[in-house]
Formats: sequence, C-alpha cells, structure tokens
Amino acid sequence: MNVFDQWRNAAVAKPLAESIRSIAGERPIRIMEVCGGHTAAIYRFALQRMLPGTIQFLHGPGCPVCVTGTDFIDRAIAIARAEKTTVASFGDLIRVPGSTLSLAEARAAGSSVEVFYSAMDALEWAVHHPDRTVVFLAIGFETTACTIAAALSEAVRRQVKNFRILSAMKTMPGALHALLSDSRTNVDALILPGHVCSVIGSQPFEFIAHELRIPCVVSGFEPLDILESVRMLSCQLVEHRCEVEIQYRRAVKPSGNVAAQQIMEQMFEPVDMTWRGLGSIPASGLGVRREYSAWDAASLAGKTAPSKEPPGCRCGDVLRGSIRPEECSLFRKACTPDRPRGACMVSSEGACAAVYQFAGAEDEH
Amino acid sequence: MSTERITLAHGAGGESMRRLIRELFREAFGSPELQPLADAALLELDSRQAAFTTDSYTVKPIFFPGGNIGKLCIAGTVNDLSVMGARPVCLSFSCIIEEGLPLAVLEQIVQSAAEEARGAGVSIVTGDTKVVARGECDEIFITTSGIGVRPFGKGLSTDGIKAGDAILINGFIGDHGISVLAARGNLSMQVKAESDCAPLNGLIESILTESAGVKWMRDATRGGLAAVLSELAEDTPCGIMIDESSVPVRESVQAVCELLGFDPLHIANEGKVVMVVENAEAEKILTVMKRDPLGAHAVCIGEVTEDSTGIVRLKTPVGTVRRLHRPAGELLPRIC
Repeated sequence: MNVFDQWRNAAVAKPLAESIRSIAGERPIRIMEVCGGHTAAIYRFALQRMLPGTIQFLHGPGCPVCVTGTDFIDRAIAIARAEKTTVASFGDLIRVPGSTLSLAEARAAGSSVEVFYSAMDALEWAVHHPDRTVVFLAIGFETTACTIAAALSEAVRRQVKNFRILSAMKTMPGALHALLSDSRTNVDALILPGHVCSVIGSQPFEFIAHELRIPCVVSGFEPLDILESVRMLSCQLVEHRCEVEIQYRRAVKPSGNVAAQQIMEQMFEPVDMTWRGLGSIPASGLGVRREYSAWDAASLAGKTAPSKEPPGCRCGDVLRGSIRPEECSLFRKACTPDRPRGACMVSSEGACAAVYQFAGAEDEH
Repeated sequence: MSTERITLAHGAGGESMRRLIRELFREAFGSPELQPLADAALLELDSRQAAFTTDSYTVKPIFFPGGNIGKLCIAGTVNDLSVMGARPVCLSFSCIIEEGLPLAVLEQIVQSAAEEARGAGVSIVTGDTKVVARGECDEIFITTSGIGVRPFGKGLSTDGIKAGDAILINGFIGDHGISVLAARGNLSMQVKAESDCAPLNGLIESILTESAGVKWMRDATRGGLAAVLSELAEDTPCGIMIDESSVPVRESVQAVCELLGFDPLHIANEGKVVMVVENAEAEKILTVMKRDPLGAHAVCIGEVTEDSTGIVRLKTPVGTVRRLHRPAGELLPRIC
C-alpha cells in the first residue's frame, strides 16, 4: 500500500463518477482549470473518460512555463551572452523557443546556462562562483514566487551581490479577472489552483463567484480530488449557487499561508506583466522592490529586437481555452515535446504536452 | 550543411536521439547487423552464434547510492548482452580521465568494476586509458564493450509474440534515475532511493535454462519501462495493455516523481528486465525470478492484446484506460 493509493482508488472513483453523472444529468458543463498540475492529472488518469461527454475540461493559463512570453526568453538569451554571466533557470524553461533560439540552443552554442530546481540552489551556486554574475530567471505563480522571495531575502541578508533576478513572476487573481471578464471566454465553472491557493488562500478568488457569477472549487491534484471537485461544481451549478469552495482542505485555508505572503510582500511589488496569450495585464506580475534594485536584473537586459512568435503557433489560443491543443495545425506534426515550436508543448504541465503524452488519437476530437 | 547543433535532448533516449541514430548512424554505417538497433548485435563468428555490444558511461555524479560508474559500466554491458539471450564472456574497459582526478577515486572505481565483473563471471580482457586536461571531460567517462555467446537455441525475437502472452518485470522501477538525481545534491530534499544497478545475467540464465517460455526481453534503461514497451508494441502485430497499479514503484521514488512532474514509467533503471513470456509459463518464470534476490519483487504487469496494434495502453489506478507513449524531450541528462 502506497500513500498515493488512497487518492487513486477505482473503488471510490467509480461511484464518485456515477454521482457526478446523476447530479449533472444532460447539462453541458465547461470547467476550466488554471493549474498545469490539474491539466496533467486530468490526462494522466484519463478522467474525461469517466465523465459524461457533456462535461468538458478547458485548460486555462495555468502552466508557468507556458505563459512566459517569447520576449522574456529573448532577454534571457541576450543576458546569457554577456561576459562572465550565467543564466540560472528552471529546467523546462530552457527548452521554450525564443524568437530565434531556445536557452538550450544558446547553451549548445556556448552561452552559460545552468538548470536548478529552486532559487535557493541558484543562490548557493552564485556564492560558490563569485566571479560570475548569476541571473536567476524567476518565473511562476505565487507558489514559486514565495520561494524566490525567500532566496532573494537571503541574498540581501548575506549581501550576495553577484546574484540577480530577472522577473516574469505572475499572480493568478488579476489574470483570471482579465480572462474571465472577456466576453469571448465561455466557462461555466472553475477549478482553482490548489498550490497557488495554499499560499494566497481562497479569499483573493471570491470575486469570481460574487462578481462574475462563476462557481469555483479549490482542488487537490490527485484523481479523486479532481473528481470530487467536479462533483462540487456540478452541485453548485444545479443548485444555482456561486461560491468559492475548498475541496483541497488538507493544504488550503481561506487565508492561505501568511508567512509566505509576507515575504513576497517584503521583496516584491506588483508590476504590469505580459502573459502569453493574454497580453499585458495591469499589476498581474511581481517585480523586485526598488530598495533591492541591486539584485534586479531588469537593467542588465538591454534592448532586444521585437520578439517573434513561431509561425503557426497557437499557444495563445490554447492558453485562453479557446481551442484544444489538437486543433492547432502544428500539434503532433511540426510541434512535439522533442522539438517544441510553442511553449505549451514544453513543460509536462503544458496542455499540449499533456495531450501529446497521455492521450491517444481516440481522445483527440 | 545543417546549422542545427547537438543538444542534450539528442542523448536523452527520446525522439531526438532515435532520429539521430536512425537517420545518421544507421544510415551511414549501413551494416545489416546494425539494422535492428537492438541492445547488442547478433553475429555469426566462424559459425558460432555470438552477440557484441558497446556502451559509454558518463553518469554524474560518479558515485551514487547503490553504485558508482565502475559497477554501472559492467552491469550495463552485461545486461545488454544478457537480454539478447547471450551469455556474457568478456568485456573491454576504456576510460577517459580528467586531469586532477584523485588516484584513490580511480582505484575505487576500478576495484568496483573488477568485483562486479568477477561476480557476473565475465573477464575484462582489454582496455584503453586516455587523460585529458582539466575541464575537457567531467572526472571520468568509461566505455565498455562486451562479447557473449548464445547457447540458447534460436534466440529471442518479437516474431513469436501473440495475444495473451504475459509481460513480466523483475521488480521496482525508477530507482536508478531517482537515486542519481538525488545524489546530484541539487534537489534540496532527502530521498531514500538506491540505484538498482546490477548484472542480470545470472537471473536471466536461470530463467532461460528452466523455461522455454521466454519470447523476448529488454533491460529498461533510458526512457524507462515506457520506452521499452513502446519499442515492443511497434515491433509486433499486437497491442500491449499494462495495469499501472501492478507496476512496482517505491513510495520514495513515486514521491519525487510527483513533486517534479515525472512519470516513474519514464525513469531509467539499471537492473530491470522486461520479458514477454508464454502465458502458461508465466507463473513458473515468476517463481524462478523470485528465487533470485534480483527478482524478489517480480510481477506480471500486463499482457499482449489482439486489438490496438502497435500501441501501448495503460489501465490507470482509477480504472480508466489511456495511451502510454515513450518519453519525449530532455528528461534527466547523464544518468548512465
């Protein structure tokens, strides 16, 4: 018996799926999830196949690598070309195509690019390489941002001057506001990102239920979590309720993790941010606070040529939930996880990569 | 002339590497023995059936829980011969050493390799040593080649595989890849995982001696179980159905995979053999496997099916069925 088995149990999953079927009836329900972890789990456990065809999952802008714009990659590559400079990155990001190269290709051509699992590891590397400027590519949502804030705070405390941050960190509530207020977005219910909510709580998402009248459930990432969340959303819809409910109680409180919020507040400030697919959204990003500008790499980036999106790539449409990955003409042909043309094919949390890796032709509509 | 450069993805065991091997190496070298791209080439040397293989080892770090590059380079080459139904006889040992490597470290690696070769009953009969300047390689890279003889009749192939055949594995998957990753020390977490690195020739020989029911086998190294099964499905006129719940994965390995977004089915092993066996012989073969410590956790993980030809399907723990693809993209560089 493995600890994961309790959330992956067919004997529980089947009746749960049955109860969703009886609650939802014939009613078409379009559920958007906005965390790549949910997208990956939905495909990995083929959850769509347990549910009536009338219930449809739409994949929103929830994969941090996917929503990072091409311009950010171009700036990172430009920085990596500088003398005695190392770009420190999370693994997936180095494979995202920029206008001409990916960071992995830049590395193959001689630039210094190192992969880390956390900002703290990159900071330690910087401490051990005092002769190099180490620029950490800070991407991710609140879940990752608080860990980067902790690393930055440590760099400031220890006065590690060769460590800098190039930020494309993003905050979820503002982006969801922009996406869900757009009249082109057609969503009946929302699965809220469990990890983001473990940091900022469920309260910052209350506006979605109250102002936009869309039922929300904060979900965990195991198949039974997601099925239970779908059941809770179906109940809200049938009962004409619009609330933010928490299914992922083992990790999420309405007020979130206050210590994590404080350190983010202390190190970062809201900035306008460009999202792939959604464009620039006011105050939807986190930048290094002015008092710590010595650790901000934004000034190192210089000017890069206007960035170009890969021809034919429809990642933007995928991230808005307006097309399914398999509706892009590059999908599984010119664009594969091995030779990704668009960001959504790179990360295991990207919708295109999840469909590619886990779905068969029979699942692709 | 192409302007493309080699990236780590070309060595990661996925699609890019497959393409490089097929379109460059196999095309250029052209020999019939190379064509199947198997773990070892099957040769007829002076009317004796033989197998020949070679493998380079660049694992980082060179010491990891459960082994080191010396042990690994013997086990890996022995296994490549064994899964082709050959009895490994002799190996070569060539190393490229970075200037500055402590002699004591080299001694430890060589002693491990020697001990492993003795244990596996193979001799190291030739070798080569090169030293390069600091920074021109990373500590030590080793290449081993091996020759085996094939006493087991017609040998193994996908030809006889038919619907109903059972698919067996000799134990837990993912241990090697995750233990090497954890040993790199950049994971910032404590992981209880030990590489499964071990020569499987003894286990395989007992099975082949006691049962004629084995049809095909492979060691599930880079690309993990998923890569081996995909290759199998593509080479047979049948389909493959795997029951994910029956695939042995340690909780610690599973936990790291969940945190980092890996699928244990994609993670490399260095002591795991996947076998397709006649259904009626499956129980007997499992009994033989379980007698050996390297097969103590052997299980049947699925079967060959008549439908869904050419693809691998997987029954998930919640009871749904999905495709299982070979891993794509850059997973974990330098795990072997």
